[in-house]
Amino acid sequence: MRLLLAALMTSAALPAMAGEIWVTNEKDDTVSVIDVETLEVVKTYPTGERPRGITFSKDFSRVYICASDSNTVQVMDPNTGEILHDLPSGEDPEQFVLAPDDRHLYIANEDDAVTTVVDTQSRTVVAQINVGIEPEGMAVSPDGKVAITTSETTNMAHWIDTSTQSLFANTLVDARPRHAEFTADGAALWVSSEIGGTITVFETKGQTETGKVRFAIPGVNQDLIQPVGFRFSPDGTRAFVALGPANHVAVVNTATYEVEKYILVGRRVWHMEYSPDKTRLFTTNGVSGDVTVIDVASLEPVKSIKVGRFPWGAAMRP
Amino acid sequence: MTPWLIALRAILHREALRFTGQRGRFVAALVRPLVWLVVFAAGFRAALGLSITPPYQTYITYETYILPGLLGMICLFNGMQSSLSLVYDREMGSMRLLLTAPLPRWWLLLCKLLAGTLVSVLQCLVFLGIAAVWGVRFPVMGVLAVLPALLLTGLMLGALGLMLSSIIRQLENFAGVMNFVIFPMFFLSSALYPLWKMREGSPVLATLCGLNPFTHAVELIRFSLHLQPALPALGWVLLATLAFGAAALRGYDPARGMQGKTLKGG
Repeated sequence: MRLLLAALMTSAALPAMAGEIWVTNEKDDTVSVIDVETLEVVKTYPTGERPRGITFSKDFSRVYICASDSNTVQVMDPNTGEILHDLPSGEDPEQFVLAPDDRHLYIANEDDAVTTVVDTQSRTVVAQINVGIEPEGMAVSPDGKVAITTSETTNMAHWIDTSTQSLFANTLVDARPRHAEFTADGAALWVSSEIGGTITVFETKGQTETGKVRFAIPGVNQDLIQPVGFRFSPDGTRAFVALGPANHVAVVNTATYEVEKYILVGRRVWHMEYSPDKTRLFTTNGVSGDVTVIDVASLEPVKSIKVGRFPWGAAMRP
Repeated sequence: MTPWLIALRAILHREALRFTGQRGRFVAALVRPLVWLVVFAAGFRAALGLSITPPYQTYITYETYILPGLLGMICLFNGMQSSLSLVYDREMGSMRLLLTAPLPRWWLLLCKLLAGTLVSVLQCLVFLGIAAVWGVRFPVMGVLAVLPALLLTGLMLGALGLMLSSIIRQLENFAGVMNFVIFPMFFLSSALYPLWKMREGSPVLATLCGLNPFTHAVELIRFSLHLQPALPALGWVLLATLAFGAAALRGYDPARGMQGKTLKGG
């Protein structure tokens, strides 16, 4: 009966909601704008070369885009799609995170093994912090006191004190850490490891490992299960984890670290973003060049929307 | 009650008796598609998930893909079995008795078709329930929407069976029907693989699949189950039903029928 109800819910007409999901297309050098209500691409804007990380300012008047191969972070007016100016970002910016002060960007410079801190108002580099080789994942604690960089080759999460812009801890994780997120209360940090195929959970206070999430999909080779981007559910009870070439998103119980369900999405799923009302999750599927929409309540895929080539990052604008 | 309805009731009653008396047949008819759903689909789980074709709006599991094909399979086997039982009836004499009723022959044959089709639809509904429990997703309202499609598919395949039964003398020929009609119809269709995939392998086979009325029946079931219109498929199935029905009627017409020139032996 539960299954039938779930099926009914997925087939139900999509409720009216406003908002946009902005998706960077790595190969097309564009961003696609998806209307959350119609689930269609309504605009496509050109960007610098190889756009990956994308995030909005708090008031959604600016969108920051990591143009990795242009070695810059571009600042775009989301109303016109016009590039307003570039920010000094250091070499090959891949991912970044905007601090809760809405002013400082923490940028992972993949080629230089540094994390660059940029003041978006003065457009200057505030600090460059040496981290491990090939930094990628970036996170900042909800109180803004701690920033995290994960380094793909050193296999570490680097803990940065934002008041001094210096490292105060380094913790080992499994091979090729790709993404990091703090829980909403800031008490725990989750780090995904692409090659290790796991997520390592740390207690923020003592930087000690408290848990490990593992994945196994029947019929899918274990080598293909490569956790990358992930997001916590609004109530914090679940985490949605993109599993790369396994073409599935795992639904993880954050209390038990057990996987509750695997949701079939497009090929090589990278990152994801919620709709403004958090009822839908949009996953970027790199190889299939589309975005799969997941109904958060029923955990069912609703639709896949064609975007540009190799969609990578996603950000929401209400 | 008019004689027409009396005949309809009698034929339905006879089919119901046969149905309740052969519960094993009912279960067996469900086992066949179940084996495909549970075993075959597990092996081919990774075969799909590569493209999105209407009526689906996102990536689906192989189980979800083959469900309409398996519903078609139930109608195909059941329709053939039910209609070909007329060969047996003819041997036993009850068929001759039926056809001597003072009613138009087309009405008697239609009653027979309807009776067989209703059994198919019932089996399909049970199978849909099992599939839902197995984790295959489809809209709940799709169960209602698919009923006319199943009914039409049942009538089309039943009419084909009737046509065949008019040219087969002995029930032993059923094996021949399996090999020359049922299997080619099933495998040369979109029941197990989408036509674009077939086209990659062989354009000729893909064309044959496109001409196969069973392909259109499966697509009609697929679209209906997912609450989307499929007018071309509907047109094809209606046309095929009329053509098979007309041929069956001709076959059962003693003046012009094919019974005089039937194939002999097994």
